[in-house]
Amino acid sequence: MQGLSWVNLLIVLIAVLLLTKPLGRYIDRVFNGQRTFLWPLLGRVERLAYRCCGIDPTVEMPWSGYALSALALGAASAGALYVILRVQQWLPLNPQHFANLTPDVAFNAAISFATTTDWQVYSGENALSYFSQMAGIVPAMFAASATGLALAIGFIRGLARSEAQTLGNFWVDLIRSVLYVMLPLSVVGALLYVSQGVPQNFHAYADAVNPEGFKQAITGGPMGSETIIELLGGNGGGFVGANAASPNENPTALCNFLELLTMLLIPAALTNTFGRMVGDARQGWILFGAMSALLVGGAVTAQVAESHGNSAIVALGVNGPNWEGKEVRFGPASAGLSVAVATATGNGAANATYDSLMPVADLVALANMQTSEVIFGGVGSGLYGMLVYAVLTVFIAGLMVGRTPEYLGKKIERREVQFAMLSVLAFALAVLVPAAIASVSRAGVAVLGNDGPHGFAEIIYAFTSTSANNGSAMAGLGSNLFYNLMTAAAMLAGRFGPVIPTMALAGTLALQVKSVRLSRGSFRTDTFMFGALLLGVVVIVGALTFLPADLLGPIVEQAMIVHPH
Amino acid sequence: MKNHLVPAILFTLFSVIALGIVYPLVMTGISVLIFPAQANGSPVTVNGKLVGSSIIGQLWTKPQYFHGRPSAAGKGYDPTSTGGTNLAPTSKKLIEATRAAIVALKKENPDAKGPIPMDLITSSASGIDPDISVEGAYYQVPRIAKARGLAPATVYTLVDRQAQGRTLGFLGEPRVNVLELNLSLDGAKS
Repeated sequence: MQGLSWVNLLIVLIAVLLLTKPLGRYIDRVFNGQRTFLWPLLGRVERLAYRCCGIDPTVEMPWSGYALSALALGAASAGALYVILRVQQWLPLNPQHFANLTPDVAFNAAISFATTTDWQVYSGENALSYFSQMAGIVPAMFAASATGLALAIGFIRGLARSEAQTLGNFWVDLIRSVLYVMLPLSVVGALLYVSQGVPQNFHAYADAVNPEGFKQAITGGPMGSETIIELLGGNGGGFVGANAASPNENPTALCNFLELLTMLLIPAALTNTFGRMVGDARQGWILFGAMSALLVGGAVTAQVAESHGNSAIVALGVNGPNWEGKEVRFGPASAGLSVAVATATGNGAANATYDSLMPVADLVALANMQTSEVIFGGVGSGLYGMLVYAVLTVFIAGLMVGRTPEYLGKKIERREVQFAMLSVLAFALAVLVPAAIASVSRAGVAVLGNDGPHGFAEIIYAFTSTSANNGSAMAGLGSNLFYNLMTAAAMLAGRFGPVIPTMALAGTLALQVKSVRLSRGSFRTDTFMFGALLLGVVVIVGALTFLPADLLGPIVEQAMIVHPH
Repeated sequence: MKNHLVPAILFTLFSVIALGIVYPLVMTGISVLIFPAQANGSPVTVNGKLVGSSIIGQLWTKPQYFHGRPSAAGKGYDPTSTGGTNLAPTSKKLIEATRAAIVALKKENPDAKGPIPMDLITSSASGIDPDISVEGAYYQVPRIAKARGLAPATVYTLVDRQAQGRTLGFLGEPRVNVLELNLSLDGAKS
């Protein structure tokens, strides 16, 4: 069984590799304003969107325009979702007659979906009307993930342009992201999911009675159209509580494979888009390589941990891998792979329960998020996060070997490094400060689902996941007012804290003259050596920041399993 | 900031209509047309009555039917309250619950042969797992054969006929859909 999960990993990687170049090229064309094959169909809609939103597509913006527009859209999108969730009982398409959400739950959800986090303190199947799902959650998912993509494109232009005041137009990039990238892929993907059995209807729950007389409500809803953008956009909020573990959202092993691909698709392609936009495809492949190496490392570790099984259960006389919290159609080893991919790509969509994972697999999930989601990462946010690390790597390499710190013809000096470090620190603070408060407050420990180091792991996981805008959870952790407000704060700080210095960095880079020729003294960034260094910097920054906290959680728990007494 | 808020609000309104209403409705229309059974939730009917969905597991307790896995969804297999136990591998509650599940399984299946399949004593992630492992089905065959007065070989054959291998030879685990298996049992009896 373990052998076949390697095949699974390998085929996922090959598929991603094959799709990266064509999709990367397509995305590059979209943002260069070139006409793609979808233009005859969508060009009209694009112009309509500009007119509806009062946008002049010819006007360009400085970095601050990108950052402020992203903030404004986050606020508007969260506001709309909040209102819908608070009045859903009076709106149509609510066949189960669900009540309005309470203010704190609606607030948490609104922030959550506006930041691509999709942390969920409700279960959709018993709390959200179909209208709230389709007209509340779905547009918020599109807007949040397209925001990430637009910001990434702006950031890349900062590196590609010379002596430029502006990075492009945020709204043009946003609308193109939605129309030419997210929407067409969603239409195709949703149909593929439905073909596998993901429901797409507006039925009220149907009453079934099986031959034994067991009564069951068969749930429904427009699940396919939501599940696709959930996964494609690095969002991860499920239509139902069990998310990608539920047979509603992930009915077959083939569907699970498609969902893995969906999660990796755009973040991987963007490395190629980046290479094209800066005029050197190799630069993109170096990032792709570093990301893949980190992903494979995590996936292999998680697969081994889950296949190995829980010695406490084996002690009861039953042999086998860790089946607790896994679905039969996927199996434990492949769940290990899914955990690694979902946590690496900013997706909260879990096909297993993370609380019941082996501690080592939990550690993989934590590590993937604690590198601030740059192992492919969220749509756009993964790429600009990785480019911030690339700037730091260039600087560190410069210090080590006495070369001029230069990235893609741009000098990396004091201002650039300051902005890059601010971005890294904003994320670390967003995780550690609320986690520390939760660990010592009564409200913070009141709703833990498990005791001991695992309980602490639940806290650190909650704030890592929300700050990294991942959204997966060790779901044993209950919700209360404290967590609803604290995680909302972490989501905002984790999303917009890094966005502002990151875009400021792009702004200063754009202002510089781009030196075309590599001087002899500069350190090459299109080499294997640079990829390895970059990987090292990502791991070291993450480990130095978070290892002490992880030590008290999953690492102690693993030690307890190895030495039960 | 006003310059940024106006397009933000207008875009949000535009997206609620285009992506929140038009897109899901169009997708529903196409889905119902091309994949009617799947889009409607893969319903399973017997004599015109809805008995369940082929993608959603159910609670089975009588000896003459195959049983699914332990479930943490509501009172068991409740699709309106999906989820797992969320118990940690080191949790005392988990060990106790698993020990109890082993005792109960052995009591239900006194004539079972071979080792206990892990999936039958652990809860799924969704709580509505529609499948059990092929070993999990084999394990229950002696009980079912006895309760129905069938030859075990007949029931084993039925399991083999319903069993699905790994998709494309490498995806997922070999499995049996419990509802479909039980319906075919009833068919075999009559």
